[in-house]
Amino acid sequence: MTSGTTPQQTLTKTSAGREATPRQLRWRSRKAREAAAAYAFLTPWLLGMVLLTLGPMLYSLYLSFTRYDLLSDPKWVGFANFVQMFTADSRFLKSVGVTLVYVLVSVPLLLVVSMLLALLLNKSMKFLTAYRVLFYVPSLIGASVAIAALWRLIFGADGIINQVLAVVGIHHDSSWVGSPHDALTTLIILAVWAFGSMMIIFLAGVRQVPRELYEAAAIDGAGVFRKFFSITLPMLTPLIFFNTLMATIGAFQAFTGAYVVSGGTGGPIDSTLFYTLYLYQQGFAQLNMGYAAAMAWLLVIVLAAVTGFFFWTARFWVHYGDE
Amino acid sequence: MMSTIQARAPRPIFGRKQSTNPIIRAVVRHALIICVLVILLYPLVWMVAASFRPSNQIFTTLGLFSAHPTLANYTEGWGAGRLNFSRYFINSFLIAILSIVGNLISCSVTAYAFARLNFPGKKFLFAMLLGTMFLPFQVTLVPQYVIFNYLGWINTYLPLIVPHWFGVNAFFIFLMVQFIRSLPRELDDSARLDGCGHFGIFARIIMPLALPAIGVVALFSFVWSWNDFLGPLLYLGRPDLWTVPLGLKAFLDSTGQSSYGGLFAMSTLSLAPIVGFFILAQRLLLEGIATTGIK
Repeated sequence: MTSGTTPQQTLTKTSAGREATPRQLRWRSRKAREAAAAYAFLTPWLLGMVLLTLGPMLYSLYLSFTRYDLLSDPKWVGFANFVQMFTADSRFLKSVGVTLVYVLVSVPLLLVVSMLLALLLNKSMKFLTAYRVLFYVPSLIGASVAIAALWRLIFGADGIINQVLAVVGIHHDSSWVGSPHDALTTLIILAVWAFGSMMIIFLAGVRQVPRELYEAAAIDGAGVFRKFFSITLPMLTPLIFFNTLMATIGAFQAFTGAYVVSGGTGGPIDSTLFYTLYLYQQGFAQLNMGYAAAMAWLLVIVLAAVTGFFFWTARFWVHYGDE
Repeated sequence: MMSTIQARAPRPIFGRKQSTNPIIRAVVRHALIICVLVILLYPLVWMVAASFRPSNQIFTTLGLFSAHPTLANYTEGWGAGRLNFSRYFINSFLIAILSIVGNLISCSVTAYAFARLNFPGKKFLFAMLLGTMFLPFQVTLVPQYVIFNYLGWINTYLPLIVPHWFGVNAFFIFLMVQFIRSLPRELDDSARLDGCGHFGIFARIIMPLALPAIGVVALFSFVWSWNDFLGPLLYLGRPDLWTVPLGLKAFLDSTGQSSYGGLFAMSTLSLAPIVGFFILAQRLLLEGIATTGIK
């Protein structure tokens, strides 16, 4: 190794203008070698990016303007798929409604529950490690078929949920998952049940709030609520932002729970027909691949808009430490 | 009143009187937490307990213990009807292990380039990486299926494994980039003085130090691969190729009330590897979750 011995700063200062000295040539060739090495390291990712992400995205954009059943060639239909969604497909509109309710109810609930528990767990309390582990377990397995199957059974007519309610004196004898009014509720409960990962993130944030802030506030006579709203909450806004964004994106893409609880139908009466479940039915049960691609692209556009809007609102309510 | 006394006198004079308050508060705090945990984990514990009860007692009780604990559900569930859970477990493990190895290799080399090397187009490519973190997977679902179908990969494990060898999981890359950035650069410089090239620095300096991040990526890829349902549902039609989630789904579809014991037994077994690995490596994992969020 020859070039590595010279400190970088002196080299960059001399590299402006004039003809290249041997030192500068060495510097340039080192830069070129570094770039070559970088692209060698990036090769698998770049291939994946082009062949498995960007290429397929463009292909699905094309497919969204076609009618395609995998067996015969795609047939160009212009905007027909998109027009059909909004004018002639009541199941599509229903799936949008179901998904929106799911997102708008489960995400705020997740935020509130995980924030409350992060506050409750804060402090260097005993058993903190054990508590964190136990609270996280549902997050780990909440998206599994096993838990979705369990949900379907415990929220059934003779499941333990009804038995517990009977003990408390509420007699709910019918099945929750079998009722068009309650089936979606069970899926929202399933989503909120897995609040642990969000709580862990909040917990890390709560612990990073400087102690002096609370001490100063205590001297000024601030109570528990005042401390929460004036110190904790503002200090946590970056994490609230992050958690809300990720949970919203995740909720728009939920699939396994709805599939298993409804047996793949999205029923009863399409009450659990999540967007992704309907997309799956269209694309892979009915082989309307063009229609499914159109639905996927619509979701990309909606999520991009939601994300963009979110980042735009961030300037009004997210506080970063260095302000 | 108490707070004013505390503020004036650093060492409280009425030590005993004040200490009762924090103790009661701590007890209330623990009691609340334990209540929430019981509600949260009861369904899970109930399922595990039910899997050891005779099948006619599964739904009859809210309690956990049976007078006649049995392993019958496990033996019946393991080979129920046309189902063959030995096969599903082997298949699931095979797919998970090959996915983990692929993720570790492809994500760590990519992360090293982004965290340590300078190259033209870096900002643009990194923005692209971050963009794919927010990209809904549905948008590549249909075209990937069409492509894999064209390649003849339906009813093989390739669609479930190969993408992981090409760094499709931007989250893992981002997590490793953040971790590698936090390692002191002086290490690279001194290795360079000793004659190490970029690959040498990556393999001998960065990778050994990045073991915590590697552990987090390995465990999460295991969990995600193990829980994956939509992928196997799309690509694995032949029952001998099925993974554990597909086996459970078939179990749920085919059985009536009478064999829920078998379903609970197999569900319990399907959750055991993830929960087991998690508890073994919980410190690593929870730190990983807490630190990858932001910054």
